[in-house]
Amino acid sequence: MRRLFDEELDELDNGFTEMGILVSNVVQQSVDAFINHDRQSAQAIIDNDHKINEREINLESKSFEIIALYQPVTSDLREVVTILKAVSDLERAGDHARNIAHATIEVKGNTRVAEIETQLAEMGHLTTDMVKQAIQAYVDKDEEAAKALVTVNDQLIEYRDRIMRASYNEIATDADVLVAAMNYNNVAADLVRIADYLTNVGEWIVYLKTGQIIELKLMK
Amino acid sequence: MTKLLETRDLHVYYGQNEALKGIDLSFDEGGITALIGPSGSSKSTYLRTLNRMNDLIPNVTITGEITFRDQDIYAPQTDLVTLRKEIGMVFQQPNPFPFSIYDNVAFGLKLAGEKNREYLDQVVETSLKQAAVWDEVKDHLHESALSLSGGQQQRVCIARVLAVSPQIILLDEPTSALDPISSSQIESTLLKLRTDYTIITVTHNLQQASRISDRTAFFMNGEVIEVDDTKKIFMNPARKETEDYISGRFG
Repeated sequence: MRRLFDEELDELDNGFTEMGILVSNVVQQSVDAFINHDRQSAQAIIDNDHKINEREINLESKSFEIIALYQPVTSDLREVVTILKAVSDLERAGDHARNIAHATIEVKGNTRVAEIETQLAEMGHLTTDMVKQAIQAYVDKDEEAAKALVTVNDQLIEYRDRIMRASYNEIATDADVLVAAMNYNNVAADLVRIADYLTNVGEWIVYLKTGQIIELKLMK
Repeated sequence: MTKLLETRDLHVYYGQNEALKGIDLSFDEGGITALIGPSGSSKSTYLRTLNRMNDLIPNVTITGEITFRDQDIYAPQTDLVTLRKEIGMVFQQPNPFPFSIYDNVAFGLKLAGEKNREYLDQVVETSLKQAAVWDEVKDHLHESALSLSGGQQQRVCIARVLAVSPQIILLDEPTSALDPISSSQIESTLLKLRTDYTIITVTHNLQQASRISDRTAFFMNGEVIEVDDTKKIFMNPARKETEDYISGRFG
């Protein structure tokens, strides 16, 4: 039986997927802008960040409304709760993409280190792929794919540590790279945080499917 | 530990029609169990079998076992009046007798020959207090119970059951004829009673089941599909039929 509630839930579900795609695109754009030293694209990301925040607020209001009017239970409730929780994770991931855009603007015109930027590009691609996989796992409601998201975390942490060491070494030998190197560290940290938030989304997908609240990082 | 009340392979037939198809359920002392399920799932039939209300219906056949404190309640030596004193029932429509509030509550004891006025006064007061209606009726005890509102009448009916000190209280959709405020007063009353009495309630109001019950049994087509802690049933039931019913996909 098709319920009125199913239409409301579909609308919420689609809204969340759209926001996921939006955040995924913004992360991709922020990484591309950083790699290509594209100040204009970076500025566009900063100017459009409010759109992600507005979507978060809309989805939250819609979730509260559904809970109040329909009093969902069992898997219906889990679906609403998943969106209510995961939407904050998406918004925070979006904030870190905005931080990367700020870094792009700050670095522009300063002495750079090509080697470190190559590493950051690799790290950025790894992160954007992971974000896309997380959104796909949500669309497919795929618990196994959601659990697999955590595997990229270790790789990203290794990248970040390597980039930080390289940045400090560069600063020690050439003070001119200071601004760029500090931003390299920040961008690497932002990418790790983005992956963290999308891992949280994965945890909510597992909750949606099973009712279990888990910590993927502790399960490795 | 032995169960207070237990049914094993309980079948009930109305003529050729099998209404209950082998119910195994048991009840410990205390707590509230909600029986839920679509119309025609025979949850009320089950409830009525527990204090032999179905005896009144012609052409009923009952097989299987129902034990109350290890005694077979369908054994020939069972005294029905005693059984229904131990296992009382409250119905969907408040059904006070057409006499005073006091006499309604005192009815069971008077029937049993109790004449001590002081004792009767005390039981009437305690029962009405337990049923959370004392403050509203204490100044009108000798007025007709029919003059009360539906919600007050229902609580007087609960007091009438409590007056004879039952072990188990059966309720058949006790709030479905009441407005939300009266329903919520009945719910609070039941929550207070759940420590001292074993309460089994049939309800179509799923929110009520989830608010007040400790355990929920889901009936469908004369069978118990699933019985578990209410939290489990309403958050993550084991059976798809339960999930579909609870979330309003059918029924």
